[in-house]
Amino acid sequence: MRKWGLFLPEPSSLFDKLWNSHVVTALPGSGALVAIDRVFLHERTGASALNSLAQAERPVADPARVFAVTDHIVDTRPGRTDKTLMPGGQAFITETRAAANAAGITLFDVNDPDQGIVHVISPELGIVLPGCTLVAPDSHTCTQGAFGALAWGIGSSEAEHAMATGTLRLNKPKSMRVCFFGTLAKGVTPKDMIMTLIAQYGAAGGKGHAVEFAGAAVSALDMEGRMTLCNMATEFSAMSGFIAPDAKTFEYLEGRRYAPKGSNWHQAVESWKQLASDTGAAFDTEIGIDASAITPMVSWGTSPENAMGISGAVPDDAGERSLEYMALDKGQKLAGTSIDAAFIGSCTNSRLSDLRRASALLKGKKIANHVKAICVPGSSRVKREAEAEGIDAIFREAGFEWRESGCSMCFYAGGESFETGSRVVSTTNRNFESRQGPGVKTHIASPETVVASALAGAIADVRELL
Amino acid sequence: MAEPFTILTSLPMPLIRDNIDTDQIIPSREMKSTGKTGLTDGLFAGWRYTEIGGREADTNFVLNDPHYADSQIILGGTNFGCGSSREHAVWALAEYGFRAIIAPSFAPIFSGNCVRNGILPAVIDADAIAIMEKADSPITIDLSMQKIGIHEGHSWTFPIDEEAKAMLIEGLDAIDLSLKMADDIATWQEADRAKRPWIYLGANQ
Repeated sequence: MRKWGLFLPEPSSLFDKLWNSHVVTALPGSGALVAIDRVFLHERTGASALNSLAQAERPVADPARVFAVTDHIVDTRPGRTDKTLMPGGQAFITETRAAANAAGITLFDVNDPDQGIVHVISPELGIVLPGCTLVAPDSHTCTQGAFGALAWGIGSSEAEHAMATGTLRLNKPKSMRVCFFGTLAKGVTPKDMIMTLIAQYGAAGGKGHAVEFAGAAVSALDMEGRMTLCNMATEFSAMSGFIAPDAKTFEYLEGRRYAPKGSNWHQAVESWKQLASDTGAAFDTEIGIDASAITPMVSWGTSPENAMGISGAVPDDAGERSLEYMALDKGQKLAGTSIDAAFIGSCTNSRLSDLRRASALLKGKKIANHVKAICVPGSSRVKREAEAEGIDAIFREAGFEWRESGCSMCFYAGGESFETGSRVVSTTNRNFESRQGPGVKTHIASPETVVASALAGAIADVRELL
Repeated sequence: MAEPFTILTSLPMPLIRDNIDTDQIIPSREMKSTGKTGLTDGLFAGWRYTEIGGREADTNFVLNDPHYADSQIILGGTNFGCGSSREHAVWALAEYGFRAIIAPSFAPIFSGNCVRNGILPAVIDADAIAIMEKADSPITIDLSMQKIGIHEGHSWTFPIDEEAKAMLIEGLDAIDLSLKMADDIATWQEADRAKRPWIYLGANQ
């Protein structure tokens, strides 16, 4: 009986639903004018975009839906002020503050209790919501796709466009679904999932696509784990990564400051429940990965695609340039390679659950004497909550520095950095040349792997601690 | 508003490495003010100088090769412009004098930033780029024809979406274009506000 089939709508993907619900109008050619629900700025580029708009006498169309935060170059040492270690950095903070105030947008300033890394505080405050479009001049905005939002990074010009018009002019990307089936083994984390995808399919593997993450191993993740997974979609060259919202998403958001309240909340949840790919929805590309086969990952080169399981060896086809920079040889095992520093933080891995898991492994232990180790909570809220649980004491007693929240040493802006040429195991997302300081050799990994390595003083397999 | 892009003839500068990230195009430490200019000294700073933070030219780096001093085109590798969304990477390239980048693929944010600043991101396969590198002679990019030629008989076409092409050729400002659609946007928002009141924070909190 196919009689009624004619009247059934075509099954659509989550991405189709997010996209179609925001198309204001088609543009000549294949493009569309797409409505933008939220814009989030930060002090590294916020003043530039806001000042440029003001000079052109273009007001922010709806200031109530534009937010800004000081996270990128703000000092993370205790007792901080507007002063930063980055030469000239203070001007970025004061100019962003002045421009934000003049534009009438909401700023989470240096010592605001809600301050933190943009992709940590936006969910904490319920600014990102399922089914919304959210853009920020920061490539890791895709992190917020974990909430079933279409969230992506843009440049300054597009940030101006989004603020002035409430829209962006876009071409619809192709759709991809990456399905992680099975169950993660002990000691294996969402960071290892996304690093595995990028290592297998390349740093350009997602080019031209918007990527939905799905499958049992994704559904099993808590919201913070989902954010870690979506965070590195940009390292896959995807426009964004996102996950269909579910009961965990709604539970996380309920009662948050900017989340809907009362009857709006119930109406919103009913509509959000529709935000899933229909059975039979078509994708331009589909990838399946067996989550149970994933092991703790660590990068060896200068692109996130240069990564492997912790017990592996540097591949024979590794690029000479990367190897020279990283001072590694083909066939060399990474496990056992001595490190100089360990870093836990960044929009990838700085949330309370990350710090809880790391501290559980650190408790009662001391890191190797020669390792400089730093933990930077992702937000002031995360810091307070961690301190209330005694997590700061565990980190400190183990030999870690415990900082104020911010992007900190995820990238080097001319201020604080690791020692020139030193080798760092880091929970961040980029192992580019000199990303964390002049000549610094970054190995990206999960918080668990960073802790295991800090304790051993060399790159180590966390599974040996379990 | 960027200068209109029509036909460009220039000796291309080869920088054929995969995954050239925007930290390499302009390191964060070189973004010293909130302005959009004064960035040329920071362009490829990590590769261009003998030491980090220094200004002594590393003569092994192609940008310092006098042969390419007037190049307005870069030949690049896969996933060009990956990493940070910093538009400074494109501002620095434009200020230095580059008008086109030819690569097998581009990172999406970088590609959009290029178009907004009058730089053409032309996608061409690696084999063709290798031929252009080997020829080491001027190439001509005709954007309206979407064609790149090195000499008689050697030419390639490249894809570009209609709007990006129009923006580059006419030097249009995207915000101006969209502001002209203010009525469409207002109508859409009114209907959307009824469906999703929680999105509109001013009125419903």
